[in-house]
Amino acid sequence: MNYINKYGIAFLFIAPAITVLFFFFFVPVFAAFVMSFTDFDIYALADFKNILFIGFKNYQNLITDPLFWTALKNTLYFVVIGGPLSVIVSLSVAILVNSKVAKFKTFFRTIFFIPVVTTIVAVSVVWKYLYHPRFGLINYILNYFSIEPIDWLGNSDYAMPAIIIMAIWKNFGYNMIIFVAGLQSIPEQLYEAAKIDGANEWQKFYNITMPMLSQTTIFVCIITMIGYFQLFSEPYVMTQGGPLNSTLSIVLLMYQHGFKWWSMGYSVSIAFMLFVIIYAVTLFQLKWQKKKEI
Amino acid sequence: MAKEKRNIMKNKISSILINLTLFIIATITISPLLWMLFVSFMPSGSSSSYPPPFLPNEITIEHYKILFTKLNLLNYFLNSLVLSISISLISVLVNSMAGFAFAKLFFPHKDKLFRFLLASLVVPGQVTMLPLFFILNKLGFINTYWGLIIPGMASIFGIFLIKQYLYSIPDTLIEAARIDGASDFTIYYKIILPLCKPILVTLTIFTFIGTWNDFLWPLIIMTDDSMYTLPVALANLMGEHALDTELMMAGSVLTTLPIIILFMFLQRYYIEGITAGSIKE
Repeated sequence: MNYINKYGIAFLFIAPAITVLFFFFFVPVFAAFVMSFTDFDIYALADFKNILFIGFKNYQNLITDPLFWTALKNTLYFVVIGGPLSVIVSLSVAILVNSKVAKFKTFFRTIFFIPVVTTIVAVSVVWKYLYHPRFGLINYILNYFSIEPIDWLGNSDYAMPAIIIMAIWKNFGYNMIIFVAGLQSIPEQLYEAAKIDGANEWQKFYNITMPMLSQTTIFVCIITMIGYFQLFSEPYVMTQGGPLNSTLSIVLLMYQHGFKWWSMGYSVSIAFMLFVIIYAVTLFQLKWQKKKEI
Repeated sequence: MAKEKRNIMKNKISSILINLTLFIIATITISPLLWMLFVSFMPSGSSSSYPPPFLPNEITIEHYKILFTKLNLLNYFLNSLVLSISISLISVLVNSMAGFAFAKLFFPHKDKLFRFLLASLVVPGQVTMLPLFFILNKLGFINTYWGLIIPGMASIFGIFLIKQYLYSIPDTLIEAARIDGASDFTIYYKIILPLCKPILVTLTIFTFIGTWNDFLWPLIIMTDDSMYTLPVALANLMGEHALDTELMMAGSVLTTLPIIILFMFLQRYYIEGITAGSIKE
């Protein structure tokens, strides 16, 4: 009784959030973990008695499934090439916008940020037409630089680069905002002192900006990477994973198994693999940063 | 003297170069969206010509008319609007209550519980999707607004954002109110909510835009045509009307433009939210 009196109100305040998170987040995570060791399929949906525990079979099938390796390879391509490119573009634009001589700063910042708030499905539709081999604006502009028309989304060598270019366009503004905040927190005196010592612009960037931004950079790298691992809408709308599975991503494969082919046990094991990969890479990045600090 | 003159020249050149680069990047950034807008007003088929036109020769609104009269767009628009408004309002209430308790009230294992919540942020949402689908199916919430609203009512990130913000409000203020006989509910309602207004607005806009743009989860929950949100409807339209570029662009404009306009008016709050979320203790 005393206990309830003492903390009752605090419990009332957290109750709605904790209840929702418990039943609609933590229970599903646990259920997914259990499901990944079963042969959960369309028959199991009708009657739970049809569920069989099959141990690690889903995971064994996964690592011998060539389609999973294709999806993993494509997703890594997107993360490893697209992620760093996106961070570099964001940082470069942030430095330009933040420079003392830049005019109309707020205007530029707003423009750069607009793609971030747009709906990914809608801009995927737009870019699909921009990438059209004959009537697309992109090939038309490339033509000015004497580049032959490219079948962006129809050629398995170009489909993923096309998605990467669009993804960078869509989200560089987000990281740019974080970098601008980071740049503004660097004390001006550091640059003044360096100037007195005769440092040039590159030396100032390498010896002041880069180290002072390392916290921000690692944060940006981690959130960008986590987001990029979850690639789904772009290939779903633009290529359906094609051509020749060259844009099939892990989440797209998971979606197809779970909600198209109804092999749900297998689908959740894909989701768990994604979780393990994201978790491992995040830990690795944090460790790597700690090492650099020492 | 000569050196000073050279420095001024150098500064001028770098100023021109930087502003020119910014201008070029801005043009590249905005052109796909301008192209979308212009093509949506072109007569059917006229964008599929070479060289590809950027501005319409003649302006028509027939695609918008078709979308609203024949393709049920108003229905999808209302679905998106109702869902985005209700989820953002409910979740801001639920998260602010929890954030308040975690920041300013006392209960056993508070810090442990909060650390546990933060740690679970690394679990990607896709892991929960299938079991969540079954749970909501058992509850009869597939193809209803509840299927999207219920899982969206609380967010760990939202609780975290509000808890962080509340650190800037001194405990003495709350102590004083308590001495004056205010209950925790009064404190929450009369002190915390008004003082938290900036972060509450930020969180509401964040959630609104996130819900409006969300695709994978509505695609799973809304299987009935009349319950589609705009992104799901647009992806579906793409399957049937892929060849009708101008119509698809009109659909894309109707999906993105409301959110761009909203952002233009409230961008200060939105951008504050991003930087607040990125500052780690």
